[in-house]
Formats: sequence, C-alpha cells, structure tokens
Amino acid sequence: MLDQFPMQQIINEEGNVNPEVQTDLSIEQIKRFYYLMLRARMLDKKSVNLQRQGRIGTYVQYEGQEAAQVGSAAALEEGDWMFPTYRDHAATLTFGHSMRNLLLNWRGRLEGGLPPEGVNIFPPAIPIASQLPHAAGTAWAEKKRGTDRVSLVYFGDGATSEGDFHEGLNFASVFQVPAVFFNQNNGYAISVPMKKQMHAKTIAQKGLGYDMECARVDGNDVAAVYTAVKEAVQRARSGGGPTLLEAVTWRYGAHTTADDPTKYRDQSESDKRRETTDPLLRLERYLKLEEAWTDAWASSLEEEINDEIEKAIEEMENYPEADISQLFDHVYDVPTWTVQEQIEEHLAVKGRKA
Amino acid sequence: MTTTVQTKSMTMIQGINDALRIMLEEDENVLVLGQDVGVNGGVFRATEGLYNQFGSERVIDTPLAESGIIGTSIGMAANGFRPIAEMQFLGFIYPAFNQIMTHATRIRQRSMGRYTAPMVIRAPFGAGVRAPEIHSDSVEALFTHMPGLKVVVPANAYDAKGLLIASIEDPDPVLFLEPMRCYRSSRTDVPEEKYTIKLGKAAVRKEGEDISVFTWGAMTIETMKAVEEIEKEENASCEVIDLRTLYPMDKEAIAASVQKTGRALIIHEAPASGGVSSEVMAVINDTSFLYLRSPVERVCGFDTPVPVYSLENEYIPSPEKIKHAIRRCINF
Ligand SMILES: Cc1ncc(C[n+]2csc(CCOP(=O)(O)OP(=O)(O)O)c2C)c(N)n1
Repeated sequence: MLDQFPMQQIINEEGNVNPEVQTDLSIEQIKRFYYLMLRARMLDKKSVNLQRQGRIGTYVQYEGQEAAQVGSAAALEEGDWMFPTYRDHAATLTFGHSMRNLLLNWRGRLEGGLPPEGVNIFPPAIPIASQLPHAAGTAWAEKKRGTDRVSLVYFGDGATSEGDFHEGLNFASVFQVPAVFFNQNNGYAISVPMKKQMHAKTIAQKGLGYDMECARVDGNDVAAVYTAVKEAVQRARSGGGPTLLEAVTWRYGAHTTADDPTKYRDQSESDKRRETTDPLLRLERYLKLEEAWTDAWASSLEEEINDEIEKAIEEMENYPEADISQLFDHVYDVPTWTVQEQIEEHLAVKGRKA
Repeated sequence: MTTTVQTKSMTMIQGINDALRIMLEEDENVLVLGQDVGVNGGVFRATEGLYNQFGSERVIDTPLAESGIIGTSIGMAANGFRPIAEMQFLGFIYPAFNQIMTHATRIRQRSMGRYTAPMVIRAPFGAGVRAPEIHSDSVEALFTHMPGLKVVVPANAYDAKGLLIASIEDPDPVLFLEPMRCYRSSRTDVPEEKYTIKLGKAAVRKEGEDISVFTWGAMTIETMKAVEEIEKEENASCEVIDLRTLYPMDKEAIAASVQKTGRALIIHEAPASGGVSSEVMAVINDTSFLYLRSPVERVCGFDTPVPVYSLENEYIPSPEKIKHAIRRCINF
C-alpha cells in the first residue's frame, strides 16, 4: 500500500522543486503561502504563551501542521464549506475566520465558533469524527441544489477509527457528493501512535473500500497540499464525487496545553523536524534558491503579523464578559416553559430581573 | 485481638488507581482498556503505572472508537474476562450508546442467562474544571433509564475505591461515573487493603433534623458548603445524603431520612427535566408522602446544554441557590 500511495511532493526539504511534477504555482503564490503559514505559526506560539500566562484557558496547538492547514484552506473558494476540528484554526484563519473570535474560543466563549457573516465554517467539532457526516450532508445539499460549492472536512489519524469516519465516507461515496475528506496524519492521537491506531500502513487506502479517489501527500509541503486539494476540489465541483486525502505531518508540541508529550514520546523527534521537514523552513529555502527571499521582506511580514495579533488580543481581552442570557439563548427557537422558569428563578436568586 | 488497618491519605484519583491495581493483581481476567490508558496512564492519570506493572496485554491502548471499546468489552466479558473500559470523558460515550443500550444491558436476558456482560465502564464527568465544550456533560439520567445497567457515582477516595472494586466484582454491567471536580479536591484516609462498598447504599454525610438534602458526585461540595453556612445563618439542622449509587437507588435511606426530617431537597448538576431528582421524588412520594411538611424541592442544572466554560459557574448550582431552596422548604 505504501507503494500504491506514494507521498506526493512538489518542494522537498532542501527547497528544490521535484522536476517530475508539473506545477504552475508562481513565486508570488508561494510567498503568499509563506505569509499565511507564518501568520498561523505566530498566532499559535502567541496563544501558547497566553495560556501559560492564564489569559486564555486550555489551548490546542497545531505548530508543525501549518502547510497542511493553510495549503488545503487556500484551495477553497468563497461560499464553500469548511468543517474544522479543535486543532484547525490555521485552516479557519486562512479561510476568513476572525482572529479575535478564534482567541475568544480559548476563553470559553461561544463567539469562538462564530465566523464572519457569509463564511461557511462550522464550529470546531470536539467529538472526534462527528463532523464527517455533516460535510457529506452540506455537500449533498449543494448537489441537490445544483450549485458548484464543495465541503472540505478536517480530521486526524485517530478519527479514522470512529464509525462516523466510515459512515461519512460511505454516504459521500454512495451519493457522489462534492466533499473533500482531508486527513492530517500527525502520527499521534494524544498518546496513541498510528501503528497502534490501525494495522493499515496508510490512511489514503481507506478510500479504496468506498471506491473513492484517494491520495497521500507530504503534509509539510504546502505546494503539494494545495495542488492535491485544488484537484480534489475541482473534481468535486465538476461532479466527479468525493476524495480522501492523507496529508502526512507532525505536531511539534503537546496534544493540548494540558498534555505532557514526554509521557509517551521522545520530543527530540520534534527538534529534529524543526531543522528538516519544517513547512516554513522549506519555503524559506525554496525562496532563497529562487532568489526571491530578502530578510527585510521576512521581517516586515513578522512586524505586520505581530501588529495584527496584538490588536486581536486586545480586542479579545476587552471583549465584554459573557452575559448569563447566553446560557439560555438559542437553545430552542422559542424557549420552552421549563427554560423560561429556570431563567426567572436564576435571576431572582441573583437579584436581577429577567 | 485487634488488627489495625493500614490506611493512606489519598485523592479520589489515587483511590481509583489503587482499586484498579488491586483487581488487576487479584484476577488475571481483569483487563483495563481505553484511549490513552496505557503508556500515557490516562489523561487524568487514573491508570498511571498500571501499564508498566501489568503490561500491554492487560492494560490496553485501544483505537479511538467508543463503540468499538464497549462492543469488544461485551464480547470479552461474555467470554470470561472482566473488562474495565475507560471513556475518556462521559461526553464522548455517545458513540457507544447503542452498544450499551442494546447489548450490554440485555445480553443476560436475551440469552436467558447464558451470556452475561460483567464489565465496568469508567467515565469522568461534570462541569467546573474549565474544560472545552462537551467534556463537561452530566448525563447520568440517560443511563439510569437503561434497565440492565447499574450506575455508581463516588465523591471521595474512600467511596471510589470500595465502590469500584464492588463494581468490578458485580455480575452485571456498571457505569462508574467519576466527577472530575472531585479527582483531586480532597483527600480521605483509605485502607490499603481490598474492601468493597455495597452498590445501592447511600451514605449519610451529615446528620440533621429539619431537612434531608440528597445529592451525589461533585455537588456534594456545594451542598456541604451551603449547609454549613445556613446552619450558622438560620436555626436549622440539615441532613446531607450522598446517594452514591443512582441505580438501584437506596430507597430505605431516602425514606428513613425524609420520615425523620419531613422535608426534602435534591441537588444535581444535570438538567432538571428528566433528571435523577425526579426518581428521588418518586421514592419520597411512594414511601413518605404523609411525613412531608413542605413540598419537595430541587436545585439542578438548567434545561440547556452545559455551557462553554466562561458561563459554567452560572450553570452549576451555587451554594447561594441551595441555601435559597433550603430556606424556602424550612419556612414553608
Ligand atoms: C468521540 C471522542 N472520543 C474521545 C475524545 C477525546 N480526544 C480528544 S482529541 C483525541 C485524539 C484525537 O486524535 P486525532 O484524531 O489523531 O487528531 P489530533 O488530535 O491528533 O489532531 C481524543 C481521544 C473526543 N474528543 N471525542
């Protein structure tokens, strides 16, 4: 199966372009990817610091997975649907989510799951794999309506063990809906390595049982990810049905800020990867080889992003406290009498009027 | 001759770990399985050290699939093992709902007693630890409504150890709910040796004369606080009963207490409607109606999903609300 699903790569670790692949990616596009990945990485690092300082709650980091998330999100068009997990805020940020709201998510705020008006992003799925059938469903609805919109859904290697993974793929396959199932294989589901999660050597091969297009890409190569997702999205748009993609990547840090990875793996692997397979380093090398890199350009990006992040943090911290009404609002279209009575009783004890 | 029982001060999580270790040592058919329970020792460290002591054949990191974990546990239990399956959080048990409801609970009856499912499902639950969405659900009532299953909720180390061992030895499937807020909130002296606490027996946490307050799990914390305060503020004496087993419920303990005090209040974190409080009320109605001096009250979570953590303190019944309800009963 490893032979059947070779890892597709366009830019290798040294920054060289694979001579065997045809790519029409321009230097400008690559520079744009670099910017988007840098933005994602800087936000992630900052968020980990905010958590350490107690300014946000438990945080889920994605450092190391920027190419997979940015490359895939960049292949979508306005109006398409995105279904993230708790680890995919690099993808949602790239697809137009608000940075302030993404930060509010880690303050335990409902606004955290709310993208700007007109951007179709579901709130991040917490129950593993539960979002796959939803993506098949929105795609199915678009197909019924005769639009050309697609659904892109994120999930990890661990998610492939859940029933919902298989049910989502099967529905997409049976009804030939325009969905792209984008797996980030970061090697671990919390402490459980891929080899304990499945006997299969690849995740891509799981699409074969559903007669689905499937492929395996180097998830740290943003060009390869973008190209593979773009192709899958175009196929979906033009009525060619769903695709399963496996992007092989690595999370550098802990599962979440509440996790201690040294309990189950040697973190020197992450240190090594920062010097080798790193998605940003790779583009830096590529751009240097192409003589399209200047340090001044890179530091101006950093400055710009830093300002954006600082502003978002300020907005997050100045955001009004959650009102009690958020507990009760939107549970039903019209609150039931039980909820109504509970609100009144609650506010009465607190000495407030409903 | 007197024998002295060696005790050790333990947190609830240590009590659980101790029970698992004792049972793994005693019975080679006992298995521990679940997500991250092996090498990692569990996300709350409930299974810490067990993988190293008993090996990967007995303390098993499973694929990420709750239905698979419970379904295979049923098969292993029917075939001679005693699986102790961990759900990482109760809020993630839902994929296994089908296996529990349609098989674990009924294989005994469907096979006229030939096949049984003596297994324990452990699951951390409850709000108040600033966990992300879904991690904080208190859905015990979904499971007390499953004939064939027993539901146990300890609130301290001593109970956790004794009840977990009893659950493992029980011939029927047991859902063992672990209030996260109690994992490390207090310590109790726990015998180092094996002991059991009979399932279905409540514990009187504090004796009193004027009102019976029934609760379980993490809400014992707010309840004890409220009772301590109100006894200073009002001329009242409250009895606090920790039910510990939610199914089958301790009918005698409920009746005895209400018949003594004539008033009853039930506190739980789960949504009020359809909550286990309704069953406590039914028991009071059936056993003690004519002893009541005021309507039975309850203080519960709202009929809403457990909120994201910025609002969880508003959601969890506060000592203030509990005191308010106690006053209303006493001054009826
Ligand atoms: C149904 C369900 N079970 C368990 C969990 C607890 N949990 C959260 S993340 C995680 C591991 C997920 O691994 P993977 O799918 O590989 O994604 P990753 O976190 O590596 O991105 C687990 C077990 C959950 N969120 N949902």
